[in-house]
Amino acid sequence: MTTKRPVFLEIWRVKLPIPGIVSILHRLSGVLMVLSIPVFTALFAQALSGPDGFAAAAAFVGHPLIKLTLLLLGWALLHHLFAGIRYLIIDFGWGVDLPTARMTAWTALSAALLVTIVGGGMLL
Amino acid sequence: MSRRASGLKAWVVQRATAIYLALFGVYLTFHFALDAPADHADLVSWTTTPWVAVSLLLFIPAMLAHAWVGIRDVFMDYIKPIGLRVTALTLMAFVLLASGLWAMQAIIVARIA
Repeated sequence: MTTKRPVFLEIWRVKLPIPGIVSILHRLSGVLMVLSIPVFTALFAQALSGPDGFAAAAAFVGHPLIKLTLLLLGWALLHHLFAGIRYLIIDFGWGVDLPTARMTAWTALSAALLVTIVGGGMLL
Repeated sequence: MSRRASGLKAWVVQRATAIYLALFGVYLTFHFALDAPADHADLVSWTTTPWVAVSLLLFIPAMLAHAWVGIRDVFMDYIKPIGLRVTALTLMAFVLLASGLWAMQAIIVARIA
C-alpha cells in the first residue's frame, strides 16, 4: 500500500512523551523476554535432566556476563509487569487523562528501575 | 471469524494470560531469587510438587500465547515485506512451540521418574 502521507522518521529528533517511552520499553522488554524463552527452556530441561545437567546449568547461570544479562532480563520483567498493570488499569478507563497518565508512566518506569537496582544489588 | 473479531480475541487472550503470568511469574521470580533449588534433587522435588507441576504446565501455554500475540504485533508493525514477515512469524512459531513442548516434556518426565 502506498500513501502520500508525510513521513517524519528522523529518529533522534522525535521526542517521545513519557507514556510513549514507557510504551516502547514495554515492547522492547517483551521482545527481550521472548528471545530468552528458548534459552530458559534449555536451561530448565538441562537442570532437570540429572545432577550433572544441574551443575552445568548452575555454572552457566553463575557466569558474570550471564548474571548481567539476568539483571537486564530482571528489569525487562519488572518494566513489562509494571507497565502491563498500568495498561490493564487504563483498559478499565482509569488514569486516561493526561496528568494522571504521565504520573502513572513515571511511576511504572521508576518502580521498575528502582526494584531492579535494589533487588539486583541484594542478589548479585 | 471476522478480522475484527480475531483481533478482539487476541486482545482478550493477551489480558487473560497477562494476569496469570503476572501472578505465577512473580512467585517464580521470588522462588528462584530467594529460595533457588540447591541441587538436582531439590529442583526435582519442587518441580514435581503437584500444585507447582500443574501451575507450570498451565504457565507454559499461557506464556506462549502471550508471547505469540505480542511478537506477532511487533513483526506486523516493523516487517513490511510479506514474504519476510511470514518467514519470521513461522520461525517464531516453531521456536515457541518447540520450547513449550520441551519444557512440558521435562516436567512430565521428572514427575514420572
